[in-house]
Amino acid sequence: MKTASAERFSSPLWRDPGLAAAALSEMETLAGKASALTGGTVNFMEVCGTHTMAIAASGMRKLFPKTLRMLSGPGCPVCVTSQGDIDRVLALAEVPGVILATFGDMMKVKGSKGLDLHAMRERGTDVRVVYSPLDAVALAEAEPSRQVIFVGVGFETTAPVIAGAVARARKAGLKNFSSTAFFKLVPPALELLLSDPENRIHGFMLPGHVSAIIGLKPYAFVAEKRRVPCVVTGFEPLDILAGVNMLLRQVVSGKPAVEDEYFRAVRAEGNPAARRLMDEVFAVGPASWRAIGTVPGTGLGFSKAYERFDAVKRFGIKYKEAPEPKGCRCGQILLGKALPPDCPLFGKACTPSSAVGPCMVSSEGACAAWFKYGG
Amino acid sequence: MAAFTKVLLGHGSGGRLSRELVEQVFLKSFSNPALAPLEDAAELKLGGARLAFTTDSYVVTPVEFPGADIGRVAVCGTVNDLAVKGARPAALSAGFILEEGFPADLLGRITASMRAAAREAGVSVVTGDTKVVEKGKADGVFINTSGVGLIPAGRRLTSAAVKPGDAVVVSGNLADHGVAVMNARNRLGLEGGIKSDAAPLNRMIAAALKVPGVRAMRDITRGGFATVLNEVSGACGLTAEVEERAVPVAPATANACALLGLDPMYVANEGKIALFCAPEAAGRVLKALRSDKYGRNAAVVGRMVKEKKPQVRLKTAIGGSRIMLMLEGEQLPRIC
Repeated sequence: MKTASAERFSSPLWRDPGLAAAALSEMETLAGKASALTGGTVNFMEVCGTHTMAIAASGMRKLFPKTLRMLSGPGCPVCVTSQGDIDRVLALAEVPGVILATFGDMMKVKGSKGLDLHAMRERGTDVRVVYSPLDAVALAEAEPSRQVIFVGVGFETTAPVIAGAVARARKAGLKNFSSTAFFKLVPPALELLLSDPENRIHGFMLPGHVSAIIGLKPYAFVAEKRRVPCVVTGFEPLDILAGVNMLLRQVVSGKPAVEDEYFRAVRAEGNPAARRLMDEVFAVGPASWRAIGTVPGTGLGFSKAYERFDAVKRFGIKYKEAPEPKGCRCGQILLGKALPPDCPLFGKACTPSSAVGPCMVSSEGACAAWFKYGG
Repeated sequence: MAAFTKVLLGHGSGGRLSRELVEQVFLKSFSNPALAPLEDAAELKLGGARLAFTTDSYVVTPVEFPGADIGRVAVCGTVNDLAVKGARPAALSAGFILEEGFPADLLGRITASMRAAAREAGVSVVTGDTKVVEKGKADGVFINTSGVGLIPAGRRLTSAAVKPGDAVVVSGNLADHGVAVMNARNRLGLEGGIKSDAAPLNRMIAAALKVPGVRAMRDITRGGFATVLNEVSGACGLTAEVEERAVPVAPATANACALLGLDPMYVANEGKIALFCAPEAAGRVLKALRSDKYGRNAAVVGRMVKEKKPQVRLKTAIGGSRIMLMLEGEQLPRIC
């Protein structure tokens, strides 16, 4: 972490109270005009779980105009992973002799039999939390007699890094490394949301991290065909306030566009090197979304050239549809149709220590954010 | 019967699950008036004198990390647990559980580091114990230290004594220790020279206690500042209201936390206290803390208020507010 760039991304300036007050006062005026046009509440969706957490952690919701509502979208990697895919991860952990390496966030998601990776680790399966998929490759090198499986989930943010790890494993000739590829793509997710006639989304706050990889062009259809405003936004409090105001201005002007608030990190063309790596190792295919189901062309699986690194194929794990936990409204929350307090289980039967649904389990889930920070 | 069937890693996090373990298992067996307040050290009356008595076990990987090592932490942690009860640390014990094959030179470095920390604190290790277990039955070295200290007559420091209007003070930058250890353990390669803050704070604390009006102090270790605030709020029945902008965190540590998805309010420290004092005493307490090298960045960060439903509330930098709960389980780095 170089000090100069760190300053640029996390300086106290991004939390300056004077600038925040100015942005909020402008927001009040803009939201008034925008709500007159939408005929009531203005609904924006933050697609990314990191935004959900940042909004809650800064206590921003209470400062927003009453006519503005931020809905959480399908952008938390753990939350969107279908119950069937979670079950496949747990099944992989049970293959005799394997080491399952995963990001920490996946540890507490329950399979349909009610077990999570924590519980499986207590029962003696070898599950290790790693900070980078490259650590899992190193693990495979250090333990040549064991099969190491990395749990690959997430969006365009994590996919290139995991692609890099798989490419390295191939270069090193490792026969004992494999990964799952349960990746989801953000632009098709937006299309899924908008194709629902019941959707009430007036604008998308788009994820800064994902956009740093894919750039701005893949979102063009949202503004042009669907006529819905889009702003790629950073994660500091002032980024989010500025992003909301840019969205409101688009609503007021009636000219939807794809704008970039996070231009200090996101370039219009994205990161071509990362995309090349991702395109080499993975290929667009179907993905299984929680609450939505399996939809063609909305995710990434292994490309032909890298098929032999597919853990699911290597160990012959089948996909089986599994029902959502009973009473859980994670599905509606992910689609922006409900807020966490609308769920009858929220804060009662479902808390972070005994979570029913993934939105409460994941540190980036909407329910966890509402519970932890009080909305 | 406890509500859980097996001990989880989260039961050692210092947060809510640790509390559950203590309440459902240990308090059930050991319940007594000296233990009941569950503070950093127990208070005992012995032949007219009042003693503070505490014990703590230390397990950390790696055993050496920037700024400190397991030995320094083992001495400082116990010294600080005595000091926050207002006691003058008198003597320590040290018990070692060693794994077969542990390098002798590393053990020598650890004990030298313990001697240096003890000397700085003005205490001696007066009794000890050693066990060696088979390779694979322990992780290198585990250290347990206990300590006793004398509480001067008339001094009573306890979370239950905190009053409405009291100032909340922290003695310096938060989260350095936890981030330094995580950086070393996982070879994260974070720059910025983040070092553990492990330090014996008894001299700094003695200086602060010269100011009348100090009601309680807490050693901020595992579970972080947020967990300590929740415990104190629970003990005195008051809301703790903290200003985010006033809480000192070094820029490199703040950046590292942002990168890893950690909240500095929940990250462990080994050389920081939270102090609660009468509002009129805050200025002098701050001056006393800052005059010590371990308290240079001390700051008043909030106040205690009476409310129907006591909670811990953070007033955020941009003017919002949110609650801060106890640490739930382990802090896990995020996916993206």
